Order: sequence, then C-alpha cells, then structure tokens
Amino acid sequence: MGLFILRRSGVMLLTALCLTFIVFFLTNLFPNLEKLAKTQGNFRMSDEAVVSWLTNNGYMQPMPVKYGQWLGVLPGWTIEAEDGVTGRCLTGTVTPEVAAEAPRYCGILQGDWGYSTVFKDEVSGIIAVRLGNTGFLMLCVMCLMVPMALIVGVLAGMKEGSPLDRSLSTFSILTTATPEYVSGVIFIAVFTSSAVGLKWFKGTATGAMENPTFENFFLPVLTISLYGMGYIARMTRASMTEVMTAQYIRTARLKGVSFPNIVLKHALRNALIAPFTVIMLQIPWLLNGVVIVETLFNYKGFGWVLVQAAGNNDIELLLAVSVVSVVVVLVTQLISDIGYVYLNPRIRIS
Amino acid sequence: MEPLTWTGSIAFLNPLLLIALVACAASILLWILASTILPAEQVTVNPDGSLSQGRGPRALSGMATQYAFMAVVVLALAYLVLGIVMGPKAGIIGAMSQRFMPVWVSLVVLFAASIGFKRNLGLYGKLFDSPVGMIGFGLVMFWVFTGVFGAMDLIVTHDPLSQVSGMKNKVPGTPMRGAEEGDYAWYLLGGDNLARDVFSRMVKGALVVVQIAPLATLFAFMVGITLGLPAGYYGGRLDTFLSFLANLILAFPVILLFYLLVTPEIIATGVPNYMATVLFIFPIIFVGVLLNSRYYTQPKIRNPLLVVVLGVMIWLYLSLISEAGSKVDVLPRTLDLFDIPGGILVVFVSVVFVNAPTVFRIVRGLALDIKTRDYVAAAQTRGEGPWYIMLWEILPNARGPLIVDFCLRIGYTTILLGTLGFFGLGLPPESPDWGSTINEGRKLLSIYLHPALPPAFALLTLVLGLNLLADGLREESLKD
Repeated sequence: MGLFILRRSGVMLLTALCLTFIVFFLTNLFPNLEKLAKTQGNFRMSDEAVVSWLTNNGYMQPMPVKYGQWLGVLPGWTIEAEDGVTGRCLTGTVTPEVAAEAPRYCGILQGDWGYSTVFKDEVSGIIAVRLGNTGFLMLCVMCLMVPMALIVGVLAGMKEGSPLDRSLSTFSILTTATPEYVSGVIFIAVFTSSAVGLKWFKGTATGAMENPTFENFFLPVLTISLYGMGYIARMTRASMTEVMTAQYIRTARLKGVSFPNIVLKHALRNALIAPFTVIMLQIPWLLNGVVIVETLFNYKGFGWVLVQAAGNNDIELLLAVSVVSVVVVLVTQLISDIGYVYLNPRIRIS
Repeated sequence: MEPLTWTGSIAFLNPLLLIALVACAASILLWILASTILPAEQVTVNPDGSLSQGRGPRALSGMATQYAFMAVVVLALAYLVLGIVMGPKAGIIGAMSQRFMPVWVSLVVLFAASIGFKRNLGLYGKLFDSPVGMIGFGLVMFWVFTGVFGAMDLIVTHDPLSQVSGMKNKVPGTPMRGAEEGDYAWYLLGGDNLARDVFSRMVKGALVVVQIAPLATLFAFMVGITLGLPAGYYGGRLDTFLSFLANLILAFPVILLFYLLVTPEIIATGVPNYMATVLFIFPIIFVGVLLNSRYYTQPKIRNPLLVVVLGVMIWLYLSLISEAGSKVDVLPRTLDLFDIPGGILVVFVSVVFVNAPTVFRIVRGLALDIKTRDYVAAAQTRGEGPWYIMLWEILPNARGPLIVDFCLRIGYTTILLGTLGFFGLGLPPESPDWGSTINEGRKLLSIYLHPALPPAFALLTLVLGLNLLADGLREESLKD
C-alpha cells in the first residue's frame, strides 16, 4: 500500500510538472507576451520597444530557464542598469546592496506566486480568497448532490425495470443531458425573472459571497448539482442492480429477510463502492461547472478568476490557477484510487 | 398585421392538453406508488397447467399511465397536424410546425422506411424495437434534418444575421415592421437584442452543431482507436507512455484548455494549426493500416486500392490543414479543395483534442479484455500479423460499446461546443450557434426570456435525444 501511494505520488508530481510546463509554454508564447507588454506599457509601442520592455522584464530568456525560475529551482534573473538593479525577486529598481541581500530564488516552491497584472495584487492572496468562495460553493454542491444521487440511484437500482426505476432513470438521463448553461438559464428564466413573475430566488449570487442565503445561493448550487447528479445516479443504479442479482442477496431473500433489510443491511454497503470512485472522479467535472455557473450567476470565485485571468492573459495568475486546478484533479484521482483499494475487501486483503 | 398568439384558433386544444398532462403526471405517481406499496399480483395455476394473473390495482395504474401518455401524444400530434394545415392561423405553434414541414416529411419517410425494412438493417433496425431508442433517434434526426434544410434556406423565415429596425427584443409573434411582399410577416420567436429573428437563428444554429459535433467525434474516435488498440494489445512501455499522455490531457480542466488554445494570440502562433496537422493524420494511418493488414497477401488488390484511397485522403488532409495566411500553408491555391472558415478549425481541433484521450482509455480497456479471447489466440496461431488481429479481430468485437459511446460522445461534444460559444471562444460573435446565442440572451434574461430559451431547449433536446439513442442502442445490443 505504501509503495502504491509512493508510486502514484511520483506519477502525480511528474504530471503536475508537465501540465504546468504546457500552461507556461502556451502563456509565454511571443504573441501573448507582446499583448502583455502592450497592456503593461502602452498600446502604441513599436516592435523594438516591445522587445526591449520584454528583455528588461526577463521575458526574453529561454523558456526552460524561465520555467525553472518560476518554479524556484533556478535563481531569479537580475539586470543591472545605470540607475540600479531590477530582478525577478526585487520590487522595482533597487541599489546593488539591496539586491545582494534579496533572496536569490523566488518561485512557487519558495511560496512566491507572483503578481497579478489584472487585479494589481499578490496572486497568492487572490487565489486564497477566491478558492475560499468556491470551496463553500463546492461544499454546498456536494451536500446536495451526493445524497440526492445516491438516493435516486439506490431507489432505481433496487428493482430493475420497476416503474420507480423507469421514472428515476428518465429523470437522471434528463439531468445528464442538461449542461449547466442550459439548466442555469432555464432556472433563472423560471424562478427569478419578472417575465414569469415567480421571483422565488435571486438571479445573481453576488451577494452570496458575504451573506449566503437560501434565496441567493440555492440556484447556483442546484444548477451544478443537477448536471453532476445524473451521472453518479446512473453509476449507483448500475452497481446496485449488479449487487441485487448477487448470490448472497438471493440467499438472504430465501432465508426470509425482509426487502428493506436486504437493501439496507446486505446490498447498500457493497453497492456504494463503485459510486465512491465516480464521485471522486466527478470533481474535475464539477470544476467545469463551477466556471460556467460562477460566470452565469456572477459569483466571484475560483472559476471567475480563471475566466478573468485567461481572458486578459494574466500569466502568473493563470499559472497559479492551473497549478491549483491540476493539483485538485490529481489529488482527487489519488484519493479515489486509494479509497477504492481500501473499500474493496477483495483488493485490500490480497 | 395582428400579432400572433401562441395557439391562435386552435386554442380550444389547450384545456384538453392541460387535462391530459395532469392526468399523465397523476397516473405516473399512482403507478409508482402502486408498484412499491401494493403486493405483486397473485399468479394462479389453472388446472390445464396454464398461468393466469389477476388484474389488480397495479396493472390498472399501469394501463392508466399508458392511456394518459397516449392522450398527451395524440394531442401534441393534433397541434402539429392542425398547425401544418392552418399555418399562422393556428398561432405561433401552427406557423412553426408549418415551417418545419420538410422536416416532418423526411422524418415520416425515414421512419416508415426503417420500420418497414427493420429486419434487414442489423443493429440500426433493432433500434426500432425499443421505444426509448425510437424517441431518441427521432429527436436526433429532427435536428439533423433541421440543420440540413436550414442550410438550404427552407425552414428559416428571415436572414439570421440581418437586423430589422423596430424589432429589438420584441416578444414572440410580433408582426415584422415594414414587411414587404415576399417577406415572412412575423418574428415567430421574437427578436433578440440586436433585432435579429430568434427562430431563424435557432434553425441555423442547428447546422453548426450537426456539422461539427459528429465529425469531431469521428476524428476523436480515429485518434483514440489508432492509439488505444496497440496500447492495449502490446501493453508494456508503449501502454505506460500513451496512458500517461492521455491522463495528462484528462487532468487538464477543459475550460482552461479552451481558453489557452482558442485565443487570437495563440491562433496567431499557429499552435492549433500544428495540432490539426498531427491530429488529422490519424484517420489516414487508420485507414492505411486497416486496408494493408487485410490485403497485404494480395498485392494485386492492395496496391491500387491503397494508392487510390490514400491519395484521396491525403489530398483531403492537405486541403483541410492548409489555410491561406496561417502558419500551415502547404498546398497551392489551385489544388486546395476547401477552406475551413477561421475559428471553426480551431474549435474542431480543440474538441477532438479533449475527446481523444477518453476514447483512447475506452478502446484500451476493451482491447485488454478482448485480447485474451480464444479467437484472438486462434488468429495468432494462424500467423496473422498484430495489426490484422487488432483491426479485424478485436475492433469488430468491441463495436457494441464503441457505438454506444459514440452517441453519448456526440452529445458531450455538443455540450462542449455550447460551452465554447457560451464563453465566446472560437466561433465568430455573430455566429448563430446555440452556445453563443444563449450567452447573448442571458444578459437580459430577467426581462426578456425569448432570446435565450429557444437555443437552450434546442440544445437540451438534441443532447437528450443522443442520450436516449445511446440507451436504446445499449439495450438492443445487449439482447443478442
């Protein structure tokens, strides 16, 4: 088990390195840097001015060197000019004495996530605040989605082909066929607009960042949950129907155990192993939904930051966003693997 | 010109439909309750050995559901038929069903022909044994025909891009201001915030999806199959490497990837063009290896076949990837068969890129499972080459799950295309595709519902149809 986790962590680290390098490469392509120079300097820069601005800010170094500096395994660049020294680890132009005292390495390994050009703020601070907002959203989504999906799946899978099964399966197919931007738009139209007139909820979740209430927070949560729910429910149903045809269930039934007891005591525990992995693997998909829903409901969380950073080519912020999301994805994969091994006695004991 | 109401002179059907819908919902609830609470009906054995079952409340509630559902269907058909006959006199519903006339005709012809010959049509014919599959297929073909006829300007009432003054944000059924002879007199589903016809845009948007989604899925399958089969069959280092690559792409949040690939700056560097060059070569490899492994013992057939097929494919490939003014511009203008308009190629490439790793994983899993079968061992003993075994022994036996996944994946691709449109990535901003239209419509959603809802429902029904179709196919392919 220890070796398994160790090997998986190694692969995870390698994947994270490759992915961040790809993002780094794509964001640091010359046209992107040119756009950055023009937004930071001025829009009418000539091509030479762009190149000299980029050289002065360390962007013209070879790609692997820049990546190493961002990561914090290579010393940050410094450039000495007449009026002082500028460098990656220095703020503004300083004297050589101050530059000598400054740390040589400043990458994400040292905890220096860089500076956002869009928000004019430290990246680590932005990410922490926004991730907190999204974390709360995800928590609510999980609290709504997982029990709902499991109940629907177990109820449908209890008796395959029964009316309950057919109705619930139709419902879960319908939810998997409704992406967030469709269900969100329909919910907003039906429950919040003055045209329909129900006005049960609020159409934006902007207020939910400080003061989440049922009125302003339920629709975003419901929108994300519904799309993810259908898939988990179908997996739960498949696993439940498989368990219900197993030999030990028939034995229990033959010895006269009542149907509710069979479901609750004999079937449920075994039927929930497969959904656990599915729920964990669903988290990366939820990330997608989060971006859409946060844009749709104007909830300023992690997904909203992603859209802002990507739309404005805010390199350091975008890199931080991708590091966080890649780590989230890989960690959930790891947990799902370990959890599967741990929950499944056949694998655990052998 | 009077503004149209929703149902016009067939409004007498509305209360009937309402009653039928309420009855349908109530009977479904009753049916579920009866089946869970009441005990199963007793089966009695008759003296002659036959069995008979009593018709208790359970069976009755089932029948009630059936009849109520049939009533709803009949009423819905009545709306359509009366609408086709009466046109705009039957309100917006009538006018729309009359505009969709070519689609109805094609659907009826297709279904009649398919049901008539279903015993000779293999898996496709079997689809018509399952009601779920038939509903799904009907929904999908509705949008396919809509896309095709919309492209031929048969269904659309107005130009989807032209703006008519005075029609901004007008509600459905508003008569067109200053309509001339030959113009369609109403905006059937109203006007959007740029005074364009919502109905025509929805119909035109179907074409974008119907063109890109199946083709992109097909390319993703070619890539996934060409890489997944050897990974599963050979295993070892190749498998480790390819799986690592696939997991790498899968660990990327899709939207981040889209944002990175589909910005004008990245397009200027030519990264999507290079990716297209790599990704689109897989179908050529696939077909080349497929034909070669089958006919390599008969060079007389193989050589001309390969020359012709690969020649055509390489020509198409070069015309596809080479685009004037971009980084990949290899083919002279005179030989270039077609140009893919600007953003479409980029959207296409990113959708293929996102879908291919999942297909790879499925194919690899299937290959791992099937390579232990006896017929593979028999082929190995016969001395067949590895590629023959992969493509002509393993692949045909994996077709069931692959076809089902193909349908699901087209639906998923449709959702992805919508996501791209929703974030305004890739496709031009005035493009009538559903995602962009939803994105535009959502800004004024609290006041005007009509611009955003039609494309939303269109996308919903298409994806739902694909899901139901996949379900029906799965059910039918499991039967044999």
